[in-house]
Amino acid sequence: MNKMNKIVKKIKISDKIFKMTVEAPLIAEERKAGQFIILSLDNDIAERIPLTIAGADIQSETIDIIFQIAGKTTKVLAQLEEGDYIANIVGPLGQPTEIKNYGHAVCVCGGIGGAPMLPIAQALKEAGNKVTVILGARSKELIVLENELRQYADEFILCTDDGSAGRKALVTEPLLELCKSADNAPDMVMTIGPPLMMKYSAETTRPFKIKTYASLNTIMIDGTGMCGGCRVTVGGENKFVCVDGPEFDAHLVDFDNMTKRLNSFKDRERQVDHHCNLDQEIAYLRSIQKDTSN
Amino acid sequence: MNKIHEDSKVTEELITKLNSLHAKERMQIPVQEMPMQDPVERRSNIKEVALGFSEKQAIIEANRCLQCKNAPCVKACPVNIKIPDFIKKITEQKYSEAVDVIKETNVLPAICGRVCPQETQCQSGCVVGKSLKDINKAVGIGRLERFVADYDRKREQEKNNKVNLNEVSTSSKTTKKVAVIGSGPASIVVAADVRKAGHEVTVFEAFHRLGGVLLYGIPEFRLPKEIVEYEIENLRKLGVKFQTNFVFGKTRTLKALMEKDGFDAVFIGIGAGLPNFLNIPGENYVGVFSANEYLTRANLMKGYNQEQAHTPMYNAKKIAILGGGNVAMDAARTAVRLGAEEVYLIYRRSMDEMPARAEEVEHAIEEGVIFKTLCNAKQIIGNDDQCVTGIECLKYELGEEDNSGRRRPVAIKNSEFTLDIDSVIIAIGNSSNPLIKQTTPELELNERGNILVKENQETSVKNVFAGGDIVRGAATVILAMGEGRKAAAAINKALK
Repeated sequence: MNKMNKIVKKIKISDKIFKMTVEAPLIAEERKAGQFIILSLDNDIAERIPLTIAGADIQSETIDIIFQIAGKTTKVLAQLEEGDYIANIVGPLGQPTEIKNYGHAVCVCGGIGGAPMLPIAQALKEAGNKVTVILGARSKELIVLENELRQYADEFILCTDDGSAGRKALVTEPLLELCKSADNAPDMVMTIGPPLMMKYSAETTRPFKIKTYASLNTIMIDGTGMCGGCRVTVGGENKFVCVDGPEFDAHLVDFDNMTKRLNSFKDRERQVDHHCNLDQEIAYLRSIQKDTSN
Repeated sequence: MNKIHEDSKVTEELITKLNSLHAKERMQIPVQEMPMQDPVERRSNIKEVALGFSEKQAIIEANRCLQCKNAPCVKACPVNIKIPDFIKKITEQKYSEAVDVIKETNVLPAICGRVCPQETQCQSGCVVGKSLKDINKAVGIGRLERFVADYDRKREQEKNNKVNLNEVSTSSKTTKKVAVIGSGPASIVVAADVRKAGHEVTVFEAFHRLGGVLLYGIPEFRLPKEIVEYEIENLRKLGVKFQTNFVFGKTRTLKALMEKDGFDAVFIGIGAGLPNFLNIPGENYVGVFSANEYLTRANLMKGYNQEQAHTPMYNAKKIAILGGGNVAMDAARTAVRLGAEEVYLIYRRSMDEMPARAEEVEHAIEEGVIFKTLCNAKQIIGNDDQCVTGIECLKYELGEEDNSGRRRPVAIKNSEFTLDIDSVIIAIGNSSNPLIKQTTPELELNERGNILVKENQETSVKNVFAGGDIVRGAATVILAMGEGRKAAAAINKALK
């Protein structure tokens, strides 16, 4: 059992974004589009962080994770190499995306949101949808997974805030155009990315009454409904992202409250970041891997 | 600290003297007080509060027992430990034999000796306490249980230090395989009993560490994790296998476990689920936590050590805990230790109705927790950033008795008042785990979502058993263990 979670492939996608293929036989077998895992880097003082499963291969018994260096754990994770082990991975968690032939499915993603979108776009395509992908980034260097997403897109719209690649626009602009179009209007919209982007995507589709889902990434500990840290207000009700989500009707999500809650520990995170000694951390992780792999 | 503890030498003379006492004289023996860590000192550490009897104290306390023939204490114990028998062994200084007597019905005495509510169980029936007209003067059964369990553990640890786990035999006497889901108190008992019957046992745990609620829920200062780890290690020595990071129904379904993986029987002991909230305004503001989250951060994720742990604790100086049970006390006392300057415990009934153990309430008061009884939260107040800045409460009075036999709290009109605080912890119980309903529709549940079981703990699915909080809603460690015992017996019978 300790031989699980070996990193078999690591690709640097951009300066701060990495893709890892990790041995996880049970998760590879069970996972469906839209589900996620929680990982931690040791059994002692490490934190647990949720990450979407970006893909899986049942034959080679692996899953793909894509992450952006954002906090302590992702910073250390990015330092691990092929052949290293991730101490703990649990999943697949959350409800799978409801995949069916909606007709025209529009996938709106920004920043690292392209990673969780990847398996969803693939599944929507396979279910017979016409798939449009709108991918946004602040500038050219920050565009991720463009080629991967293109392969499932019948129509692909790239936007950057500064116009350094694709259209100089926010993702909501092409989305609004689609909503208004007579013959190419979306039947369903899936939005994944920064909370503000998801909020405005939802506001864009609201007047058109187009079914819109947002995939939320909140603070979590156990991922099984026990801690309640991931709760969000959806349609005035308390929902748990880990067991009721991660996808919800975007028109009902209280994004403002979610955004505030995401920042609950910001002060503390900055402090930790400051003290973080990477070399020491990596050496420690490798040493405990040796202990447990016997 | 009390004198008896300081002068802890056990002499022949003392033993002889105690043995010769008559019942009436035994009643005169003073109650042995539990040595405690100083209340001021312990506010800033997470070490265990109750330090345990000295040998001399244990012997003296054991001699307070009248060895009643009808033993009401045994009847009042959920697993009917032969209490007078094990206490008698203590008076004879045969501590290992005392532990053996307990272990006939309770495999986790070091844990139960610490966390059982003895005052409402065994000690409530004690003749000594009744004669002296004071429940607090009953024989300290729990303290004695803890004493012998600790004695036994230390002896075993010294003896077994050299056992190499690689040499432990994992081969089984039978070809039957049993999956135990969860690694809390019910599951630990099932794993031990089923393994001892010769079956192959694998324990599956959702978290990355083993022990369930004993680890993530009950704080170190009440139950040192070393004790939980010792019990898990004992299972390993028996040849029980473990798989962490396994979410029942998600990582593997019940069907897959039985049909693909070949498990002949399954025990489900996955514990409590969704934390309850009050559904009042402001409950999702930044700084509001369920007790489950707060305690898991502090205990399992080691948030009590903010210098090292990567899991952050919310930076709060004035904290309000809502609720009056043991979990509320654990949260309040943890908050004290994590440096909160003011900790309020808000409970809508009076001190008398509080469901928490008297000892926990007493400790919380000693440690400076401020009790606001007969009031309840009306709304949580926040600033523009939706961070908690206060809590508006209503005062309550007690009205007629309700179904639970307790007087119903009734809000007093226009009695609103506000406390300035910066964090709220909600400890008002849990609802059932939602994953069972989502992933395992073949299991029959009651209207609350708890698994329905027969007398022998079997569920609606053949050879699938369940016990603990997932069946009872909220139970105690000892009740969970009792159910584990029953389930294990039924599993062993079914696999014959």
